[in-house]
Amino acid sequence: MTRLSLVLIVAVLALFTGSLLIGPAGLGAGESLRALVLGGDGPLPMVMREIRLPRAILAAMIGASLGLAGAAMQGYLRNPLAEPGLIGVSGSAALGAVLSIQTGLATAFVLALPVAALTGALLGVGLVMSLAGRGGASLSLILAGIAVSALAGAMTSLVLNLSPNPFAANEIVFWMMGSLADRSMTHVWIALPFIALGWLLLASTGRSLAALTLGEDAAAAMGVSLPRLRLVIVLGTACVVGAGTAVAGAIGFVGLVVPHILRPFVGAHPGRLLWASALGGAVMLLAADIAVRMVLPARDLKLGVLTALVGAPLFLHLIYKLRKGAL
Amino acid sequence: MTLLSVSGLSVTQRNREIFRDVSFQIGTGEVVGLIGPNGAGKTTLMRAALGMIAHGGDSTLADLTPHARAKAAAWMPQSREIAWPVSVETLVMLGRLPHLGPYSRPSAEDHARVDEAIAWMELEQMRHRTATRLSGGEQARVLIARALAQGTPLLMADEPIAGLDPAHQIGTMKIFAQMAAHGKSVLVSLHDLGLAARHCTRLIMLGQGRIIADGAPEDVLTPARLAEIFHITAWYQNTEHGPVYQPLDVIGRTD
Repeated sequence: MTRLSLVLIVAVLALFTGSLLIGPAGLGAGESLRALVLGGDGPLPMVMREIRLPRAILAAMIGASLGLAGAAMQGYLRNPLAEPGLIGVSGSAALGAVLSIQTGLATAFVLALPVAALTGALLGVGLVMSLAGRGGASLSLILAGIAVSALAGAMTSLVLNLSPNPFAANEIVFWMMGSLADRSMTHVWIALPFIALGWLLLASTGRSLAALTLGEDAAAAMGVSLPRLRLVIVLGTACVVGAGTAVAGAIGFVGLVVPHILRPFVGAHPGRLLWASALGGAVMLLAADIAVRMVLPARDLKLGVLTALVGAPLFLHLIYKLRKGAL
Repeated sequence: MTLLSVSGLSVTQRNREIFRDVSFQIGTGEVVGLIGPNGAGKTTLMRAALGMIAHGGDSTLADLTPHARAKAAAWMPQSREIAWPVSVETLVMLGRLPHLGPYSRPSAEDHARVDEAIAWMELEQMRHRTATRLSGGEQARVLIARALAQGTPLLMADEPIAGLDPAHQIGTMKIFAQMAAHGKSVLVSLHDLGLAARHCTRLIMLGQGRIIADGAPEDVLTPARLAEIFHITAWYQNTEHGPVYQPLDVIGRTD
């Protein structure tokens, strides 16, 4: 195990524990963890098991997903500016969620929103794949992703535009900012199968992504099937980002910034970057989710707002370094 | 033993026939130079022989599965892409990917092959440097080393020596000759007919949508063919320093 992965794993464990211990209830660390592990009666075990545990699990899971998908997408497109949302999955997942809020379906039963978002993500990725054609070219994939993202964004705006219900519009706007507050274990269970499948798919691409360092032609000659690789990347990204958006809303910049930060630490190797970015994504989202609870505890600061606020300047700094040729 | 056998190969792209009825075989211990003017279809011929583009006719490499082909022939494309700032050593190790098991790490043999390729291309000095920060010619040598590390019986390289300094051009051609001496073969496209005449055991001249000539350099590079296909005149002689070939003038221009 390398020093980098050791550092990242320790950071994930520490932040995960920290996430369990921080909340408005102001509980003691010892009794909180005892209640979490041993259970028992009263409000404390319920707070730990039903409120804080799912929140921490979701932050780690979704953060890792975004980091992994970002690293895979950058490796596949051989572009450090690529991010998982590029193929239109997060946009179409958001559209599905927005429609379920607008139609009132989301209030009808608890899983309506994540299911609608996942359906949106699947439809979006199906549309992207049919637009991109059967070949293995990455350019057609980018163009199709941009088209579907734009379409989903326009439809979301249309729903907001025509919304007769200001409360629904308000709810939509807040939902789209991304948050992990008030999620339950049910959310964990609905996202987990998709995220696990997506992880398996994306984690299998390390070798092929490494070969792609030499360009599509050389990679193909080394036995990499480009159409298959593209399918695996798109499906894997759709699974993890679709499921993540479905339970937490749109959380930007993690998939973009994390691989970028970690690339120098893995010698820029695209395969090794996958694992590092998964861990790094979990670290970033766990930290961000702790920060939204610490910075403005009374105001429900949205997670997606914070990641963008932190991510954008970080990204500008990286672009500045890139311009100086330091990357 | 035949490393590559191509028969009746043809490629038509966007209703334009690039070439047709191309047949040749490459045995062991050959350095085959693929020559022809710009647009003659040298790259297309090599990619079709590898089975990477739609084609008519047969090629023994195209019949293999992609995985088996990666162990039979290494391919060095003309575009010298290095997408990420990896170290030279890491880049050369990419050539070993077809030999690694699904989740296994590089073995001692893989490391030995990488060391060998790095030594051949004289890259020890820059072994730990970042490949994207090297000069164009240095990058070309690293990419040749990557293809050598693949350790295949046949190496197909598309203009590998373009952009290299004279010493490394000659050095690279000599490495190809060394590989041939060890029973491997190289199919290399190149524009420098002087180097082709000196260092290739055999030349295939491509032009007008077919193979014009295939044989020893002195038999292929006749004044008539040079005039017809390349539109040049040249001076060619077997001297005490080996064959010397020097293009002289363009035919059909008065200046």
